[in-house]
Amino acid sequence: MLSAECAAEEFSRGAGGDQTVGWNRGLHGHERRFPWLVAIMSIGIGCAGAGLLTVDEHSRYLVDGRRSGYTYLSEENQRLQDDDFANPGLLWVERGRELWRQADGAAATSCASCHGDAADSMRGVRTRYPRFDPTLGKLINLEQQINRCRAERMQAPPYPSESEVLLAMTTFIGTQSRGLPIDVRIDGPAQPFFEAGKAFFYQRRGQLDMACAHCHEQYTEQRLRGDVISQGQTNGFPVYRFTWQTLGSVHRMFEWCNTSVRAEPYPQGSDEYINIELYMAWRGRGLPVETPAIRR
Amino acid sequence: MTQPRIRVPSQARKGEVIEIKTLISHPMETGHRRDTQGQLIPRHIIHTFTCTYNGAEVFRADWHPAVAANPYLAFYTVATESGRLNFQWIDDDGTVYTAEAEITVV
Amino acid sequence: MNGIPSPTTPSALISRRTMLRQLGAGLLLALWPADRWATPEAVQQAIHQRIGEREPQPGGMTLTLPKIAETGNSVPLTVAVDSLMTPGDHVLRIHVFVPGNPEPVASTYHLGIRAGRAQISTQIRLARTQTVLALAEMSDGSVRSDAASIVVTLGACVDELWSD
Repeated sequence: MLSAECAAEEFSRGAGGDQTVGWNRGLHGHERRFPWLVAIMSIGIGCAGAGLLTVDEHSRYLVDGRRSGYTYLSEENQRLQDDDFANPGLLWVERGRELWRQADGAAATSCASCHGDAADSMRGVRTRYPRFDPTLGKLINLEQQINRCRAERMQAPPYPSESEVLLAMTTFIGTQSRGLPIDVRIDGPAQPFFEAGKAFFYQRRGQLDMACAHCHEQYTEQRLRGDVISQGQTNGFPVYRFTWQTLGSVHRMFEWCNTSVRAEPYPQGSDEYINIELYMAWRGRGLPVETPAIRR
Repeated sequence: MTQPRIRVPSQARKGEVIEIKTLISHPMETGHRRDTQGQLIPRHIIHTFTCTYNGAEVFRADWHPAVAANPYLAFYTVATESGRLNFQWIDDDGTVYTAEAEITVV
Repeated sequence: MNGIPSPTTPSALISRRTMLRQLGAGLLLALWPADRWATPEAVQQAIHQRIGEREPQPGGMTLTLPKIAETGNSVPLTVAVDSLMTPGDHVLRIHVFVPGNPEPVASTYHLGIRAGRAQISTQIRLARTQTVLALAEMSDGSVRSDAASIVVTLGACVDELWSD
């Protein structure tokens, strides 16, 4: 039923690519004889118009009820994300590509010196972070892993939090996993940290006394002023966010969300944020990496 | 941040109309936003974009704050001869960002 | 429709011309402080500065915008002028006006014969719901126009920053 609606909707959109629906003008004669098809298409288009995108259940952006932020975007912004030239996030990918090859630090090596071609060596990496690290005895995220490599292997200073260079590197590495499903480990030694992240998700905070779960679980699909509230999936980070008019990391997003309910945000790279980062990744398991995604 | 992105066909037939795409990283600060203290954030945009083809200007754009951040621009030009396309983005503060591309016209 | 005009229908011609004449009147939301927004006079002046006394004629070009802007911060815009771009008949300049923004002019594109095709695609910022206007100055001195209305729910330019 859902696919029939979508097929019908696709058909009506296909006529000239504009918003007018020609179904009642008999693009195909048989539509006049099947008012039920018209009714189904109206419902489908009505739902799409109301911001409840009728996503084909086989779409890679919807996995077992877990919906990527991509599905909440307007058509033109979905196109922008998919545009291999105009997606503004690609500016950071290009910068990351440059940095990858650049020697840095006392050891005078570059990322490429050890890791070679990122398209090979970094493929799949983004799908597995944050991960438990035995030496640290806790979780480590991609940004921290990058800085650890820089410190230990390159004898180079760490990239500062949310700096252009760190964003460029995480985006460049992240995009090597584009299209691959998020697949983080939450068992074994990672489990207590996963549980801490989960507790964070359901913990009320701030002046508004709200938890992540209120917006992103209880009120998803409903409206917050002009916006439809998403599930808050993180498979697209770092994202080019229109609200920021620049690319930003997932910890920046957590800061923003916490500030939104008038809660004091935690520092980027804090245990609290890394734990919730793992929980959020698990919430989006199976969704494709979309780095760099476009979001509002 | 670094090099602007440009997409120019490397080869074209003489007289063919080619599409050029450009993208550059820039905040394009409008001058109308206020910071958390209520102070106006000063305007800081790229105000002019030019494209020259073997030295001759073939396209120019005057930009105002209504051009979005990290500005994208696609336009067309006629592939007249082999040579070089030079692109310039001129910042309010006088900085000039540049990019170039070679084209073979057969 | 998506702002794509049907210049051949008389009602569309009249409505566009009327809309352009009425551009100087009543565009503003009374609730906003007057000094924040481009006044109708400022819009008229900006247009006059560029095309003088010439009266724009609707048609012969297409301004394409989404009907609803998901965010005013970045809205895709395409403007295309029907012209073969010959020495005898080509587009000199295309102007994009955003009367609902604090500043009424978005951009001017200088073309000429070497452009080959008079078509521009870019992303603009919109502060609020408005009718965007595009004018094309032709080599014969005439001025063409097209306009497209767009609803903006999350405005750009003047929204206050309250956090990072």
